[in-house]
Amino acid sequence: MAIYLDHAATTPMLPAAIDAYARQMAQTGNASSLHAQGRAVRKAVEESRELIAKAAGCDASEIIFTASGTEANNLAIKGFFWSNPSKKTIVVSAIEHHAVIDPVEWLKEHEGAKVIYAPVDNLGVLDLTALEKIISEHRDDIAVIAIMHSNNEVGTIQPIADVVKIAGDIPVHTDAVQSFGKMVFDFKALGVTSATISAHKLGGPLGVAALILKRGLDITPLLHGGGQERDIRSSTVNAPGIVSFATAVDQALANLRDNYSKMSSLQFQLREDILREVPDARINGWAQEILPNILNVTFPGTKNESLLVLLDMAGISASQGSACSAGVQRPSHVLLAMGLSEKEADSTVRFSLGHTSTQEDIDALCGVIADVVKRAIK
Amino acid sequence: MKVVVAMSGGVDSAVAAARIHEEGHEAIGVHLALSSNPQKYRSGARGCCTIEDSHDARRAADMIGIPFYIWDMAEEFHDGVVENFIEEYANGRTPNPCLRCNEKIKFAAVLERAKTMGFDAVATGHYAQMRETEYGRTMHRAVDPGKDQSYVLAVLNKEQLDGALFPLGDTVKDEVRIEAKRRGLYVANKPDSHDICFIPSGNNAGWLRDRLGSESGPIVDEDGKQVGEHQGAYTYTIGQRRGLNLSIPTQGGTPRYVLKIEPKTNTVVVGGKQALAVTHIEGEKAIWCGPQPQASKSHRGFAQIRAHGSPLPCEYRTDGAVIFVDLDEPLLGLATGQGLVIYENDRVVGSATVSATN
Repeated sequence: MAIYLDHAATTPMLPAAIDAYARQMAQTGNASSLHAQGRAVRKAVEESRELIAKAAGCDASEIIFTASGTEANNLAIKGFFWSNPSKKTIVVSAIEHHAVIDPVEWLKEHEGAKVIYAPVDNLGVLDLTALEKIISEHRDDIAVIAIMHSNNEVGTIQPIADVVKIAGDIPVHTDAVQSFGKMVFDFKALGVTSATISAHKLGGPLGVAALILKRGLDITPLLHGGGQERDIRSSTVNAPGIVSFATAVDQALANLRDNYSKMSSLQFQLREDILREVPDARINGWAQEILPNILNVTFPGTKNESLLVLLDMAGISASQGSACSAGVQRPSHVLLAMGLSEKEADSTVRFSLGHTSTQEDIDALCGVIADVVKRAIK
Repeated sequence: MKVVVAMSGGVDSAVAAARIHEEGHEAIGVHLALSSNPQKYRSGARGCCTIEDSHDARRAADMIGIPFYIWDMAEEFHDGVVENFIEEYANGRTPNPCLRCNEKIKFAAVLERAKTMGFDAVATGHYAQMRETEYGRTMHRAVDPGKDQSYVLAVLNKEQLDGALFPLGDTVKDEVRIEAKRRGLYVANKPDSHDICFIPSGNNAGWLRDRLGSESGPIVDEDGKQVGEHQGAYTYTIGQRRGLNLSIPTQGGTPRYVLKIEPKTNTVVVGGKQALAVTHIEGEKAIWCGPQPQASKSHRGFAQIRAHGSPLPCEYRTDGAVIFVDLDEPLLGLATGQGLVIYENDRVVGSATVSATN
């Protein structure tokens, strides 16, 4: 029996989202075409846009569909940087996803950007005092500030509303991929300039996401072509993906409260059980405000390469944090930024829950974890 | 059995993994990341530690249907293999890093981790055979003489070999390629690796120069008379003839060869071909692949001093730690630091590191 505890990597599609996807795939028509078929597809896409906008607290016109969260983050960061050539500094938190850190580092290497990493405290929450200092020192040269809404490895929620206040008129981008669909996310209320949301983290399909970008703003595109999405993003509109995304959002939002309390109680249970089974385990990022579904655990003296093999062999899927790296796992920059040593970071596993998680999953993990930890000793 | 298959991304380890899986063992594929900065080894290398190789290994594991993981052994590899390689050269010796990698990484660090995790063995795509004989489970040459790799495995002791599986030892390479194709493993046509994997350029001398400097020094003949100048003594190999650029030729123009490298005085000694002849070899740090031969008694056998060298008929004896070899016929050009492997017919008796010759 497979125990899936890696929902932060991707979560099973909701049956309704699969149905919606299949139904829309059966509809011929390019949303940009003027004929009847094109119009029918366009209608489905625009209804989906409305629905997602409503759920995210933004205007429909503020949604720019992309093919992934990574693309949306790249579009925002490079877009703000390129469309404001007099400003060379980019401020990001030290715990951003690689989909933010890598474009920023690329701009540094190839386009002369200056990058400043805003530190976090040892719970993985942005240090607002430090951010304030950075911004006051560089205010006139900052092209964009990017601080994630919640962290994908440890689950801490970042004080974005405060960041927006400090930023003033500097654009603030937030990567809300892990938050959207799992907790309340309101684009307008937060006051950010742009945000990334993604379908497959909330029960929608892979290959569709969105950049929410404040109305009236024009940023430099990454892809040049038909200009389908507000002239900022080109590509034939992925109608099945978008319709399915909207269906998933609709369900996730309808069940937000129930799912939140279910996951949250499983998360507490998981934490308690792990600490009982492995008393010297340490929970990382157990801050005041956290996502209800992520638990990041250091098992001192172990190697996560071994932990994950052993868990896998016991039928349990977990991860080291970010599932993107194909090569050698480097110690997590998130954990290092929180003050863990390389060795501690190397002994850490992320468990993440989702809409299909059950008490049985937790029990299965806790039935083997002590033995797995014993065998994964360095 | 529970088996960890070390998968380099090449055809041999892919077929080895497929065979282990097919035999019904619970197998996982593990690619060893040997550089902490894989980008460094990314292009040009035909070794086994590039990103592309790890992707090849992963695809092969996916095709076979076994789990696949990457284990970071960069630190162990650097300390146990790369450092040793540099140090040996700095001491005027000629090491074989593949031996060290088998001894310290694949069948030490990896095997140890595998055992702690509850696995029974480590399998690789090496060409060698394990057989039950009167001496217990012993290692023998592969059936494919062109591919036989028992030489580079002779650094494994009995305990390490007990945790080792070599599923390809009974097959010739061409058949392994055919089998790979039949199994749909598209690595079937990947070229064999030859270079030292951590020197992707293939320019060993240049790589060593970057690490050991290029302090020039004298090249002298057997009488101590200077006949040329070198740019770093360690870039020479015993028996080397080309590239010496000697300023003073011999009378009659007979060629000269590197006889000796003396790191302390940074001197390279050259001389005639006859002076290269070696009949007596001493090897230190003996390792026994099976039972230790009876001490102080002479035994007949074969000595091999290169990965693809010929087996040389010899008499050998040992005190347990050192192996003393008397070759039937003289051998030309043997450097200290090379691996000395003793065979009894096709059975590997043991190995040692060449420490003295005459």
